[in-house]
Amino acid sequence: MVEMIGAKALIQALEKEGVEIVFGLPGGANLPIYDALVDSNLRHVLVRHEQSASHMADGYARIKRKAGVCFATSGPGATNIITGIATAYADSSPMIAVTGQVPLAMIGKDAFQETDIIGVANPCTKYAFQPRMAHEIPETVKKAFYIAESGRPGPVLIDIPKDIQQSNADMNFPELIKVRGYSPVIDADLSQLGKAVEILLKAERPIIMGGGGVILSGAFSELQAVAEILMAPVVTTFKGKGSFPENHPLAMGPIGMHGHAEANKMILEADCILAVGARFSDRSVGRYDEFGRGMSIIHMDVDPAEIGKNKSVDVAIIGDVKSSLRTLVKMLSKVMVKKDPDNPWLLRRRELIEHYAETIKDYPRDLTARKALKKLREILPANSIATTEVGQCQMWASLHFDVISPGTFFSSTGLGTMGFGFPASIGAKAAMPEVPVVDIAGDGSFNMTENSLAVSVLDNLPVIVFLMNNYMLGMVAQWQRTFYNRRYKGVHQHNCPDYVKIAQAYGAQGIKAQSLSELENAIRSALKMEVATVIDIVIDPEEDVYPFVVPGTGLKDMITGS
Amino acid sequence: MTGTTIATPTPTLSSEIIGRWHILSALLENKPGVLFRVTNLFRARNFNIESITVGSTEQPDLSRMTITLNSDERTLDQLVKQLRKLIDVVEVKVLDAEKTVYRELALIKMKASDPTTRMEIANFASIFRANILDIGKETITVELTGTPDKIEAFRNLVDHFGITQLARTGVSALPRGAEL
Repeated sequence: MVEMIGAKALIQALEKEGVEIVFGLPGGANLPIYDALVDSNLRHVLVRHEQSASHMADGYARIKRKAGVCFATSGPGATNIITGIATAYADSSPMIAVTGQVPLAMIGKDAFQETDIIGVANPCTKYAFQPRMAHEIPETVKKAFYIAESGRPGPVLIDIPKDIQQSNADMNFPELIKVRGYSPVIDADLSQLGKAVEILLKAERPIIMGGGGVILSGAFSELQAVAEILMAPVVTTFKGKGSFPENHPLAMGPIGMHGHAEANKMILEADCILAVGARFSDRSVGRYDEFGRGMSIIHMDVDPAEIGKNKSVDVAIIGDVKSSLRTLVKMLSKVMVKKDPDNPWLLRRRELIEHYAETIKDYPRDLTARKALKKLREILPANSIATTEVGQCQMWASLHFDVISPGTFFSSTGLGTMGFGFPASIGAKAAMPEVPVVDIAGDGSFNMTENSLAVSVLDNLPVIVFLMNNYMLGMVAQWQRTFYNRRYKGVHQHNCPDYVKIAQAYGAQGIKAQSLSELENAIRSALKMEVATVIDIVIDPEEDVYPFVVPGTGLKDMITGS
Repeated sequence: MTGTTIATPTPTLSSEIIGRWHILSALLENKPGVLFRVTNLFRARNFNIESITVGSTEQPDLSRMTITLNSDERTLDQLVKQLRKLIDVVEVKVLDAEKTVYRELALIKMKASDPTTRMEIANFASIFRANILDIGKETITVELTGTPDKIEAFRNLVDHFGITQLARTGVSALPRGAEL
């Protein structure tokens, strides 16, 4: 037992959890926390808008695979981080968000900068705490990390009234914690794994669907081992992009609304799907009722509530997918007979890849999104980290930027948060400063959080903003072109701002690239620079993303645009 | 894929409210905000429930919530799983109605200004083992405890007198025998 104030206990508890960095912005209701930070070795990164703090914490978490931490004050500070919290929740990313709150006695009085953030955060957090006594803080922090990082990870909010931050108490920092009502399943059910093996042995056309759960549990080598034993092609969801090396002879890339055409086609021809850490989202599988007809579905997930939520399955294996896959590898390697790599199913894979490589034409222009991203991939070291903004840029990244080293790619796939990529890339850089980090961006999204350039420059977290600029809210424009007879509304950015000047104004490097050779030089220059670089890549506003599975239709109805 | 502001129709979990009647019993942490978390879940995930009761238990730090709903098996399965996912929910059970004692309390206020009506209502009340709580010049208020079916039956019986106010508590339930 040590006596100290609540704010100091918070900082010490974070340090005990191994936290090295917090992203935040101070205000009236979290001043005691910032005062306690003065005496701490915790690195604090001052953001220019709280939303970016939560995205940075998220980006950090996705690379570090432990909870990222962000701070905000009460009221608007707290509501500003909600977008980042909801983004982390949708993508099961561990995060601890600490908000200041008005003093206990003021709660419910509509005080200045008061908001019921517990109520606001409830639907988009795994849990939201509000300690009512200073001595509760160390235990609350311990519980928050346990909940955020275990099972299916997610964000946890700790809302601390200002007087609780300031009041003295005897603090006890627990080493271990139990949360009644929370016991995530770790080890998979062996009887269910046995059933899965039976189905997989019988399958003639098995396919593996790698989801975000593979990345969250770091089950890369296990997934690869299962794929190689089964000789099964591997598609991924978009969240699962990079759960399997995309240059592997069994890889087929992401399925879904803007998935790889061959992957969308192949999964419909399969007789058995092994879905690993995936949730059968509408963006991945199209219509729930149509998808998976006539196939056996084996579903591995750590979250029991995902089983049967969107899709009824034949076998459900609940547990950490790394542990489940590891056991599956052992069981399969005892019984599986090595398949011929030239078997009809794998020949079909090659046939489909070749077919669509010929059918889907690039947009007729010298510098296109596809060419730009292929060039980026060619130059960028394989261990580099890439993230994206949201919209066309994101889907082009999904289609044309192959992830070689598993776990080096992430995006706001669930919530689809524009403005996520840039601050998240800064968070990723903080997690792994030794590798290049790229935000594959569009102008609409980058515009939303571009003030994080100040953070990138001042906090020495240099990233590359690969800005495919059509001065357009491109995806919306594509939909207006496709579904609304080219009746454009609210999509034009009118050549504003000048992104080279924006970059320079913040002390970053800005380079305009109007040709493929200019782009190549720009990427090489960015990789050498010690400050952030914004590469303003001029692309045509009419360039669409194809293939396209129109919402409300199935993967079979995919349009290839040619 | 995710980069659009255009809404697309998403299927709801409880698009069909057909199915069987179910009783769920849940133990919750007895602390502020827990009821909100549970009811918010119902709203956010589009679950339609029939009744919900919550109160104290033999353990001071736990509350018991009884939920009744009409649903298909899939919706029920999701509801149970989503409830279990809530950290403040310690336990959730689907009770087998056959092996469960369950009761609901209803207060029913009816128009009863003439003696014949009053006699008739008193008679029905006695058959249903209901208690008359209040008699005014114009109305009688009756307290009735029983299964929801019994309360419905009584309500149908007295409906023609003119029910002016009705309050039902929702079902509370416990498993029969030694089962926990």
